[in-house]
Amino acid sequence: MALISPWRSDFPALAILEAQGQTYLDSAATSQKPQALIDALTGYYTSGTANVHRAQHQTAERTTRAFEKARVKVAHWLNARSPTEIVFTHGATEALNLLAYGLEHLLQPDDEIVVSALEHHANLLPWQQLARRRGARLVVLPLDADGLIDLHSATELIGPRTRLLALSQLSNVLGAWQPLAQLLPLAKAQGALTIVDGAQGVVHGRHDMQALACDFYVFSSHKLYGPEGVGALYGRGESLLKLDHWQYGGEMVRVADFQSAEFHAAPLGFEAGTPPIGAVIGLGATLDYLSRLDATSVAAHEHKLHEQLLTGLVARPGVQLLGQPQTALASFTVNGIHHGDLAHLLTEQGIAVRSGSHCAQPLMKTLGIEGAIRVSLGLYNDGDDLQRFFTALDRALELLL
Amino acid sequence: MNNLPAAARDALEEFQQAASWEQRARLLMQWGDRLEPVDMSERNETTLVSGCESRVWLIGDRQNNHWHFRATSEARLLRGLLAVLLARVNGIDSNQLQQLEVAYWFEQLGLSRHLSPSRSNGMNAVLERMHRISRQID
Repeated sequence: MALISPWRSDFPALAILEAQGQTYLDSAATSQKPQALIDALTGYYTSGTANVHRAQHQTAERTTRAFEKARVKVAHWLNARSPTEIVFTHGATEALNLLAYGLEHLLQPDDEIVVSALEHHANLLPWQQLARRRGARLVVLPLDADGLIDLHSATELIGPRTRLLALSQLSNVLGAWQPLAQLLPLAKAQGALTIVDGAQGVVHGRHDMQALACDFYVFSSHKLYGPEGVGALYGRGESLLKLDHWQYGGEMVRVADFQSAEFHAAPLGFEAGTPPIGAVIGLGATLDYLSRLDATSVAAHEHKLHEQLLTGLVARPGVQLLGQPQTALASFTVNGIHHGDLAHLLTEQGIAVRSGSHCAQPLMKTLGIEGAIRVSLGLYNDGDDLQRFFTALDRALELLL
Repeated sequence: MNNLPAAARDALEEFQQAASWEQRARLLMQWGDRLEPVDMSERNETTLVSGCESRVWLIGDRQNNHWHFRATSEARLLRGLLAVLLARVNGIDSNQLQQLEVAYWFEQLGLSRHLSPSRSNGMNAVLERMHRISRQID
């Protein structure tokens, strides 16, 4: 049965890529962009730019208003209590680094920072380095056989020394939603702060910050069909107050003298320097576009695509899935075949997938593999994309076996 | 073309006749299978080329001012790419190695895509290591 994406034509790159013989199945790395975003960027740059929060002239006022409107849209998208809970960053990675510096003062020697074995380097290295700076310990929660953070171990490992719990919502390798509803309260019960890496999760479904009840949530715009160079840090009002300032410069300062200064509270106090204004406005336009889509249809389409992907993969002899992917993506290896060889031959046939360790080298070591191929889906993918992938995969396997 | 090493002339002839990606892939695998062996004992931290998505080991010896490299990888097609690279560089001297336009060589073979900077297969890292080895000994 043909599986058609009614939103494909909203993304002009899909037709161009198809004309170039390219099948894009790497949306977990970054997504293609909707026309609505392209129009917003063109409109913004065509009608005159200005810096935000500084000048009082009319263009500056218009730009600042558009910029702050985007903050409201992000707050609305995440169901934050207030737009002041949204800090714009340059991406999820920067947001996590902001947290690792902003929360540094809360860490004492022998305190514990808890992460999981499936974290992307972006949600591992800032905490690892923070632990090293403060003489704290980094505790790694193990996974169960399905690729979920093991709740039993977590209950034992999250303890009175735990100050921070930083976990991915949806694994970029295993495609599994992590049991945050069970995990976050374990940290809360110890008085620890909770950080959720929503880089992958934010792309699939709407996530309600008040229901999720984490202290901080980070995401990048570029995976959510928005422009690069911008991301957001959501911080619960009272949790944001715990952050020390980390980057200093224009816009974040309230009063400056030669020997001392006073700084704004969040969000402005954490947005030093000129922000990526166009990208922020573009993200706002992307969220407007996404808000107009029927969320149920999108979810159903993504679910059907994912099902077809899994069915096709497991039907091929020798294919081993990593974990039990639930949504968005699937990573796999093939017995007796190096992932680099598969990647080479898929690339030759115009199939854009990722190969390697997917910025999660410790996870690969845990799984006992050098690397894997990852196929990841966006709402614009259709059944034909998957068909082209499987045809290419079969020809590659034929050559290699 | 006349001053190419014999193995390079063979590679050029074979790859220029390959009309499809499948033929090129088959050729690469054949060339990869003919690589000089690199013993397990020689695959260590020193010979491992960092910066490759698939692990590559490279060993360089100079015999009478001429370079002789051996290399291998766990990935078959990458072994093929290494083989056609070695076909071009083995037997030349340090000066020629420094001046060699490897991009042009791969272009002639119809394999230029495998050298592009976004490729993480490590051919660029291998080249860099070759240059480093040849500079160290000079």
